[in-house]
Amino acid sequence: MLKIKNLHANINDKEILKGIDLDIKAGEVHAIMGPNGSGKSTLASVIAGKEEYEVTKGNVILNGEDLDDMAPDERAHKGIFLSFQYPVEIPGVSVTNFIKTAINETRKANKQEEISAKDLLKKIREKAELLEIDRKFLSRSLNEGFSGGEKKRNEIFQMAMLEPKLAILDETDSGLDIDALKIVANGVNKLKNKDNAIIVITHYQRLLDYIIPDYVHVLHQGKIVKSGGKELALELEEKGYDWLK
Amino acid sequence: MSKYTEDDLKKELETKEYEYGFYTDIESDKFPIGLNEEVVRAISKKKNEPEWMTEWRLESFRIWQSMTEPDWANVTYQKPDFQNISYYAAPKKKPELESLDQVDPELLKTFDKLGISIDEQKRLSGVAVDIVMDSVSVATTFKKTLEEKGIIFCPISEAIQKHPELVKKYIGSVVPQTDNFYAALNSAVFSDGSFCYIPKGVKCPMELSTYFRINEGGTGQFERTLVIADKGSYVSYLEGCTAPQRDENQLHAAVVELIALDDAEIKYSTVQNWFPGDKNGKGGVFNFVTKRGLCETNAKISWTQVETGSAITWKYPSCVLKGDNSIGEFFSVAVTNNHQQADTGTKMVHLGKNTKSTIISKGISAGKSQNSYRGLVQIHARADNARNFSQCDSLLMGNDCGAHTFPYIEAKNKTAKIEHEATTSKIGEDQLFYCNQRGIDMDKAIALIVNGFSKEVLNKLPMEFAVEAQKLLEISLEGSVG
Ligand SMILES: Nc1ncnc2c1ncn2[C@@H]1O[C@H](COP(=O)(O)OP(=O)(O)OP(=O)(O)O)[C@@H](O)[C@H]1O
Ligand SMILES: [Mg+2]
Repeated sequence: MLKIKNLHANINDKEILKGIDLDIKAGEVHAIMGPNGSGKSTLASVIAGKEEYEVTKGNVILNGEDLDDMAPDERAHKGIFLSFQYPVEIPGVSVTNFIKTAINETRKANKQEEISAKDLLKKIREKAELLEIDRKFLSRSLNEGFSGGEKKRNEIFQMAMLEPKLAILDETDSGLDIDALKIVANGVNKLKNKDNAIIVITHYQRLLDYIIPDYVHVLHQGKIVKSGGKELALELEEKGYDWLK
Repeated sequence: MSKYTEDDLKKELETKEYEYGFYTDIESDKFPIGLNEEVVRAISKKKNEPEWMTEWRLESFRIWQSMTEPDWANVTYQKPDFQNISYYAAPKKKPELESLDQVDPELLKTFDKLGISIDEQKRLSGVAVDIVMDSVSVATTFKKTLEEKGIIFCPISEAIQKHPELVKKYIGSVVPQTDNFYAALNSAVFSDGSFCYIPKGVKCPMELSTYFRINEGGTGQFERTLVIADKGSYVSYLEGCTAPQRDENQLHAAVVELIALDDAEIKYSTVQNWFPGDKNGKGGVFNFVTKRGLCETNAKISWTQVETGSAITWKYPSCVLKGDNSIGEFFSVAVTNNHQQADTGTKMVHLGKNTKSTIISKGISAGKSQNSYRGLVQIHARADNARNFSQCDSLLMGNDCGAHTFPYIEAKNKTAKIEHEATTSKIGEDQLFYCNQRGIDMDKAIALIVNGFSKEVLNKLPMEFAVEAQKLLEISLEGSVG
């Protein structure tokens, strides 16, 4: 599904990603761990196509297609979804209106009809239930005044509504309380199937207790310094990152 | 990877062109340029006005001659040459109003381009339309329903003929001839406009709506609107306009007077989309408007406006809260782009006891535009327990535009409670990226953010108008991406 080859990326002429290789197949869950500032969010942004980042070398290939020239919205239309580490506020735009716009823009790009109000409502009801989201919440302005945990849960709600091919969850666990973490992780697991893939960026094993990764990668100073199975996360929990540096 | 920075965003915003830049070719009967007493008399004669009206115009003209153009607003422009304007133009073919077949096909085509064919209007949710085309009203619909309730809704020229006692009593009673330079000019030469009277205790069953257009190159437009809501009545009045693209500056100096008698309520909504000039700031309408409402006891007046057009806008819809317990409201969204300049705001004059006013102003600036809010809250000595709440929010796009707030407060009564809040924000790359990441392209993302920002005001508009207003906001800020 996603192939990253020797990816180098700069921001403000400073090289952050220094040659990343990743191969993610449909149906897989990959965890990316690594110390603060190692480039995890940068990698997520580069995959999503954020313009401030300049790809200086290498490629990101989604289902055989090089994403090089593609704008972020086009990438989203192809099924890339990023759950932001720091979701932004959009005052005056309700969660529902935002999601409806996102769904319809994606449908339009894929030459599909707009979603009917009935179908949209049905889907909202279903997904809100899955993530135990109060319906009142959905008429509030997007992320405005949301608590840290509410923001994260709302990100996953959008993921559930948009049903992406490749979802990147950037520290979705941070800010969630223990119960919320279970609900959200459980929601993600229900959304997982053999046709999509998930990249989980996290600092903690506790999320990986629920969303069990097939692979774990350690990012350090813009490079993947170690990859392994789910045991690697446990090992990191115990030993920290020093032994890998 | 295609880079999209704020610079690109700015560039995009600069390349938006005027949507309704067309020109309708209807033969018109037009005065030669220039202004003097003879011209004022001629206008009055053309309209078959009674003597008192002619005299009132002449008096206004003399007052105007003694005044100078104000220059305190935060706008700069080439002052219009008032002797280089034609003060009257009327479509030559005056269609009868009973059926659409009798309307000039050119006119119908114009409405089609605007997406507001009369046909559609007729079918739409009971909106009565009094269309002002080049100064003379050419179509009036839904008259019957209104007549049954005793509501008068007609061109002001007709009201002068048929209801002289009402016009005589109220014209100039809220905006006197001496009020300001443009109001004096309007009083002298006003061509036409709308008149509306709601009898005692009547709730107007439909939104009353007028579409204004400037249509003849070089023709100044001087609309005069007079709305009177008698005791205990209610009316919602909509005013909307677009203008064809012209190369020279067009002057628009309208006067709107609202009178809400005891316990009456008037809602006055405007969507304004005059030609703003091309992206270099050339052409465009100068919009100098005097709008004011008078509230008697327990009366309420709300001004709601969405302003996207004009090269220069100078406009302060105001409320004089004369009666005790009266309420004044002002809700405004003003968008400026390219080289547009807007100096808008409101005046709330509290004279009565327990009077209340609310001001919500949203300014959106893009390109090299300047957007100023100017507000005056005046509490007079006898106005015990007067309250005002003002909120002025500015949204900036790019670094070349400006937003300015000038709130003035004059309180002569210690019991007054006045609150003022102001914010300035910028559409951020992070917000845009967030939207893009969800599959929403740049234009749509900007529209979404801007509509969200303006929501409190848009919500105040009647439903069908709100949709149109949203579309206008989108068009005004649309780029050329994708
Ligand atoms: N706009 C910028 N200008 C300069 N440096 C930047 C910019 N954005 C990010 N960086 C730097 O890039 C590096 C990687 O940041 P990134 O956010 O990808 O780290 P991370 O692995 O996600 O960290 P964390 O675990 O704290 O979320 C950091 O050193 C950061 O300071
Ligand atoms: Mg990060």
